[in-house]
Amino acid sequence: MGSYILKRLLSAIPVLLGISVIVFLIMAMIPGDPATAILGSYATPENVARINRDLGLDQPLVARYFIWLGNMLTGDFGRSFSLNRPVLDEVLDRFGATMILAGTAFVLCSILGVAAGVVSAARQYGFADKAITFVVLIGISIPSFFLGMMMILIFAVNLRWFPVSGMWPIYGGRTLWSLLDHLIMPALALAVVATGVIARLARSAMLEVLRQDYIRTARAKGVHERSVIWRHALRAAMVSIIPVLGIQAGFVLSGAVYIEIVFQWPGVGRMLVDAILTRDILLVQGGVVFVAACYVLFNIAVDVAQSLLDPRIKT
Amino acid sequence: MSFTTLTRRALLAAGTAGALAFAAPAAAQTPPGVLIVGQIAEPQALDPAAVTAVNDFRILVNIYDGLVQYADGTLEVAPALATDWEISEDGTEYTFNLRDDVTFHDGSAFNAEAVVFNFERMLNEDHPYYDTGPFPLSFNFSAIDTVEAVDEYTVKFTLSEPFAPFLSNLAYPTGLIVSPAAVMEHGQDFGRNPSGTGPFRFGEWRSNEAVVVEANPDYWGDAPELEAVVFRPITDANTRTAEMLAGGIDLMVEVPPVALSEFEETDAYQIYEQAGPHVWFLILNLREGPFTDQLVRQAANYAVNKTALVEDVLEGTAAVSAGPIPPAFNWAYNEELEPYPYDPDRARELLAEAGVENPEVTFFVTEGGSGMLDPVAMGTAIQADLEAVGFDVTIETYEWNTFLGEVNPGLEGKADMAEMAWMTNDPDTLPFLTLRTAAWPEEGGFNSGYYSNEEVDALLDQARVATSQDERAELYREVQQIVQEDAPWVFVANWKQNAVSNERVEGFSLQPSFLLELGDVSKD
Repeated sequence: MGSYILKRLLSAIPVLLGISVIVFLIMAMIPGDPATAILGSYATPENVARINRDLGLDQPLVARYFIWLGNMLTGDFGRSFSLNRPVLDEVLDRFGATMILAGTAFVLCSILGVAAGVVSAARQYGFADKAITFVVLIGISIPSFFLGMMMILIFAVNLRWFPVSGMWPIYGGRTLWSLLDHLIMPALALAVVATGVIARLARSAMLEVLRQDYIRTARAKGVHERSVIWRHALRAAMVSIIPVLGIQAGFVLSGAVYIEIVFQWPGVGRMLVDAILTRDILLVQGGVVFVAACYVLFNIAVDVAQSLLDPRIKT
Repeated sequence: MSFTTLTRRALLAAGTAGALAFAAPAAAQTPPGVLIVGQIAEPQALDPAAVTAVNDFRILVNIYDGLVQYADGTLEVAPALATDWEISEDGTEYTFNLRDDVTFHDGSAFNAEAVVFNFERMLNEDHPYYDTGPFPLSFNFSAIDTVEAVDEYTVKFTLSEPFAPFLSNLAYPTGLIVSPAAVMEHGQDFGRNPSGTGPFRFGEWRSNEAVVVEANPDYWGDAPELEAVVFRPITDANTRTAEMLAGGIDLMVEVPPVALSEFEETDAYQIYEQAGPHVWFLILNLREGPFTDQLVRQAANYAVNKTALVEDVLEGTAAVSAGPIPPAFNWAYNEELEPYPYDPDRARELLAEAGVENPEVTFFVTEGGSGMLDPVAMGTAIQADLEAVGFDVTIETYEWNTFLGEVNPGLEGKADMAEMAWMTNDPDTLPFLTLRTAAWPEEGGFNSGYYSNEEVDALLDQARVATSQDERAELYREVQQIVQEDAPWVFVANWKQNAVSNERVEGFSLQPSFLLELGDVSKD
């Protein structure tokens, strides 16, 4: 197992290098440069040249890439000009916020999705199944940013149950309670689509397993139905559900971009959007590489978890 | 079976209880004496020399003072840290007498040396703290040759040539004075640890959440009424509006036109409007294509229904523009100028007179950008107006930075017409950078449509070296007259900045400079 993990980690290196090259080239090719973004309508060729020199953008492309890569390997992600602070500080701050949001949404959609799928499968074609399928279809079909805006309108503006936006109260301490208060709406809005997808796949995975002989044997032995479903069948079905969870984690992470904008959550998605619009090259590059690295690590973790659950998967 | 039912019910109950419990703190109102302002973005830095966005300036003018400032409600220059000044006969020497009772928030003294440090830092590449930049707008002061401290409270600027907008530029936020001691202490991080002389001093900056400033008890002017101001960045306009409606902020700027009606309905909100030094126009390509003919350019001016644009597309958040200098510069504005009326028949006549039939026009439109208002909707409406009189208009849409990259180097070979908007601090700036022959893109200016009129060039050069405001005003009025007649642009709109506050806020008014002065504001 140890060597398997090591092998997977080593194979992540070329992936990350590739990502660094791609994001670097995209930022180099994207029309408009940081100097124009900073200067706006004052971007005379002369001023642009001066800013580019100050930002070190007058160097050749290849040199810039290797300077960036070399610095990054020593832990220096450079300085964001649009926020005027080290890229890594900003990314870590923002990534923490995204992890809280996406992590909560991921836990929510995993539990709700699997539970809904299991109940659906256990009551195939029953009322619960139909009701759940109906709700799930709606959930999959609503764009999350629209859902977010509707939630704000109903629960924050009209009912005033929750704050509209942000992560912490502007006044008063940072308590867990106040965090949850701000977290509920965005996390739910973010979880909805993934919940639907997971529920549908969990349902079919469960149905598949429930048709197996050993389930019939278990039932014949007189094992309680609840135990058959939750203990025997679900465990087997998890083998095919977990990779779906892994993929959904990626969707939740990318879906967080919209939700972070609607709810003004200070996460890495909103940071990247702002950074792209201001052509903050180093912040975009550093942010993307960091998020990609986390995603790659997460996928390795999912694969490891899967192989632990199912001995048939070779390590 | 009964067990599962119970569990489900218990879960539901727990969920509801939880939701109600969370709900409690959200109902709390914002505290009295603390103003919470909804900003449109996270500030880049709180270093006035390093930033360019109005969004940042709105915070900065509360933390810092300049040598001079815009007088309340106008764009005329008034004393601030300087009590008075003298300008030499030839217009190249400006001597300022400074207040002697001012200290920076960090306790260090404000004096002539501090002023010298500020301008040296921005302009002198060998200055030890030049690396705390870049200073993108330092060219506002490029006319400065030397700055010297004559004595402790007298500072003298020597310009390399007479430059009339110099005082206006000093009043602009780029000229706000920072504490040299704080720059030396924090270096590159000064922008996150600002120290000035203003009515509020820096409290804390929680990234992407809030910038907090607190009342400065030692302020040299009238002490502020508020205890503190919290600037919250809320980039999404819908969310900003929702925060205002839910009571999460007390004051918001740049209210989306469509949201204004929401606030007009009740007495719980107050709406503010103020025309600013802003012009929204269409650059016409005078080097090639149909707009080389003055008659066709005038036809376009007659064809566009500006009133409908500002009333319907912009929902009254702008006024119809008559020429290249906005009326907010009341001292230099030509009151006699009437906007081109909406007259499609006249436009058709002019096209016939020019002998062109269905001229083909490529029109660059941007998706959005600083001061561009609602550019896509406006672009589409303008296209329809022009087509109604016989133009054949093709729109090409670009993201803002890409758009600037296409338009600023000049329209030749690319387009016949492009949207553009400018916000400036002196009547000189816009015509000087966009209408002179010497400002063609190949010369490093922004005259992307290649307008050229020797008379205008001469008048603008003359206005630049005139030191009397009356003389300058006279020259600018003449420029407006000629440019309107020549019609190198389609003159469209002057933006009225808006803001909304709740009923707890008193003493607030918007400034024509688009800055946000909060010294006199109170909140119960």
